[in-house]
Amino acid sequence: MAMATTITVNGAEHTLDLEPDMPLLWVLREALGLTGTKYGCGISACGACTVHLNGRAVHSCTLPLSAAAGQHVTTIEGLARVGSLHRVQQAWIAHQVPQCGYCQSGVIMAVAGLLAQRPAPTDDEIDAQLSNVCRCGTFVRMRAAIHDAASAAEGAAS
Amino acid sequence: VNRWSRRAFIGAGTVAGGGFLLGVAGFTFAPGRHSLVSADAAGRGQLTTWITISPDNFVTILIPHCEMGQGTQTALAMMTADELDADWPLVRVQEAPALDAYANGYIVRAAGGHYVPAILGRGVDYGAYKVAEWFGFQVTGGSTAVRGTGEYGMRVAGAAAKEMLVAAAARQWGVGVSECAAKRSRVMHAASGRSATFGELSRSAASGRVPTSPALKNPDSFTIRRTSPRRLDIPSKVDGSAKYAIDFGTPGMLYAALEIAPVYGGALLSVDTAPADAMPGVKKVVKLEDAVAVVADSFWRARRALAALKPEFSDAGHGSVSSASIFAAFDKALGAPPDVPAHAAKVVTAEYRVPFLAHATMEPMVCTAKVDGDRAEVWTGVQDPLNARKTAAKALGIDAANVRLTNFVLGGGFGRRLPFTFDYVDLAVRVAKAMSPAPVKTIWTRENDIQHDYYRGAALSRHAGALDGSGMPIAAHSNYTGGGNGESVFMPYAIGDMKAHEKKADHPIRLGQWRSVLNSQHGFFKESFVDEMAYAAGRDPFKFRRALLGERPRFKAALEKAAAMSGWGAPLPSGEGRGIAICESFGTIAAEVVHVAVSPEGRLRVLNVYAAVDCGDVVNLDSATAQVEGGIVFALSAALLSEITIAQGRIVQQNFRDYPMIHIADAPKVVTAFVRSDAPLGGLGEPCVPPLAPALANAVYAACGVRVRELPIRNTPLKRA
Repeated sequence: MAMATTITVNGAEHTLDLEPDMPLLWVLREALGLTGTKYGCGISACGACTVHLNGRAVHSCTLPLSAAAGQHVTTIEGLARVGSLHRVQQAWIAHQVPQCGYCQSGVIMAVAGLLAQRPAPTDDEIDAQLSNVCRCGTFVRMRAAIHDAASAAEGAAS
Repeated sequence: VNRWSRRAFIGAGTVAGGGFLLGVAGFTFAPGRHSLVSADAAGRGQLTTWITISPDNFVTILIPHCEMGQGTQTALAMMTADELDADWPLVRVQEAPALDAYANGYIVRAAGGHYVPAILGRGVDYGAYKVAEWFGFQVTGGSTAVRGTGEYGMRVAGAAAKEMLVAAAARQWGVGVSECAAKRSRVMHAASGRSATFGELSRSAASGRVPTSPALKNPDSFTIRRTSPRRLDIPSKVDGSAKYAIDFGTPGMLYAALEIAPVYGGALLSVDTAPADAMPGVKKVVKLEDAVAVVADSFWRARRALAALKPEFSDAGHGSVSSASIFAAFDKALGAPPDVPAHAAKVVTAEYRVPFLAHATMEPMVCTAKVDGDRAEVWTGVQDPLNARKTAAKALGIDAANVRLTNFVLGGGFGRRLPFTFDYVDLAVRVAKAMSPAPVKTIWTRENDIQHDYYRGAALSRHAGALDGSGMPIAAHSNYTGGGNGESVFMPYAIGDMKAHEKKADHPIRLGQWRSVLNSQHGFFKESFVDEMAYAAGRDPFKFRRALLGERPRFKAALEKAAAMSGWGAPLPSGEGRGIAICESFGTIAAEVVHVAVSPEGRLRVLNVYAAVDCGDVVNLDSATAQVEGGIVFALSAALLSEITIAQGRIVQQNFRDYPMIHIADAPKVVTAFVRSDAPLGGLGEPCVPPLAPALANAVYAACGVRVRELPIRNTPLKRA
């Protein structure tokens, strides 16, 4: 049964009267109208629904609303700071990564999450951490863009 | 009234607020000559594009093809803008609405008028070949948009608009047209130094005479084509703002989850709706002939309620069909291997097998519909809005003119959203009819999508080849099941006696078009078999092919380029190998070399792919390269992992766990080169798919001595002997 749950999404607090077991994905898309986060499989097998929970990349399609209660959620809509795209988004444009683009919100959130943990990941770390499905086959450009975003962060930090 | 009235219509005029508007539809069918032809307003037209130039100097180009990530809209805008000599940063695009006027018959011209692209084969009469038959399509598929609409429509439109702007400037300045030139959205008069922007000239140009035969540029003077401007659709795809069909919303919208008859053709026999009726948010359980839908106020609630139901479906008499029974029928239809000449010094035989495949677009099938009496609105993502509109109209028993369809950015197509495969539109409008007048968004789950696709066909093929005493092939014969056509079975090699015969073996699995269509099966068959003949002859597989391509300079050049890029012939560590393959499809020749490593335990890693592609000329270099990379990765995922199997008439696989895809860790480095030729523009969305699987299998053989004759490769143990 529905019950009131409070979550913070992209900095804004929402109190929602929904079933606690409703997956966060559908809460974001249908209750909050944040459609940048995509449904791809519903079983945590493709990564299209990736968002950040307190800065960590998670699959929102299998994360119940109750698990996000009182937590901070960031979606693709909230990744950019005002007036400036996140460095992963910038690298995605520079390398012209997306084709159909449907998976890319999830990929960008996964990569942003990875870079937050590992600022300069090796190829092996990228391979081990990134399991998103992209049917258009943009992996070749993704890898180059990840390294670019990583070095952009290094440049900014130094 | 002139003789072109049924084919062409152009109109020019001003738009609100001033500015220039040119609508272009026609062109003469005279060979080698592109022209605009005026027609009376009553003339039936295929409208290619509208070009709008506003006083603030922005150019807006209407594009009659959808965008599914292949860069088509940007490429078509580039072709138009180049002829127009527009300043690229001032160019905007807009997708054409789903109206009959935008039906794109040009795709038939792209094929040279000689054959009908297979994607439309079921909708037209091959023999009659009447252009009129094509008016019902507004399709994006068959790698036809750039080479058809672009070459025959958009370029002419851009050139005509430029001539009108130049003429307007010449009139204004009282100078000759030939003294003026357009460059970067300005017209200039060099002698006097005067210049004016397109925007400033737009109002005057709109009242000028429309040229009937505008001059097209010589390729040497292209300024926008052959460069790599950024794709116009990408910014919205990195910040989550791009709107796909699944993202559409409208006030009062309900959501539907579906369970479709698990055996294709089956009917809903019974369902007790009570368990769902009582669940939160549920509005109604809708019973359809072939499915049951739960409609609720959220998709998750609809889906959860659907899971509480236990509908019973009939199996349409196909309950005993299985992958084994289908391949047994293939085997029986093929019979013994084909005969080869008795005087052969050596005979090579082989059998190849490929599975059914699903498209698995990242965005599953989604369609929102609102039905109100004899009118309907549909919001979806399709590769052919006009045909989808007809599907909706037919399902509702209303006139297509009463259906308004809005198309969205596609979350992948690959052939799943082509004409005649709009079951998701059909089902959604039937659900919406039951809920009329509420708008209902029907979202397919991934399970729906994998289990109710129009599959790439499984096939079995038997080959026999004959070598003469010197090791050169004198015959290559094959018998195949699963369909084929002239393009897909064609081999470019100088082999005196080549035959390919189809053997019919029907089955009830629903088939469709999957990226590269029949070439995906036959590319694997024929390029694996040529490789086997090369090894049987004791020859290097690259040199063997090259020796047979003496009369085919385009093939030879692409093959040599790919080999050179890969370092073909240079020694590799033990357990590594290179394989090569070359296929022509959609007017493009693609040669690929795959470099693999196979561990002693049989673990396969694909390290590098080198692609040399001759598609004539290249419009957008970077997005063309992206299509090569994407085609290779798409084909690789299928070759390594993908297999749809059948049991008790049903599709066994359900989701990405049992129908897995490769990840970034599995993706090779891809190196692309375009081999420019004077051939007409070829397609790019598909042609890099067919050579990948055979080049990969050939590389595996070179690496470990195991000949893979069945896809996916994971079904063949690669442990080294």
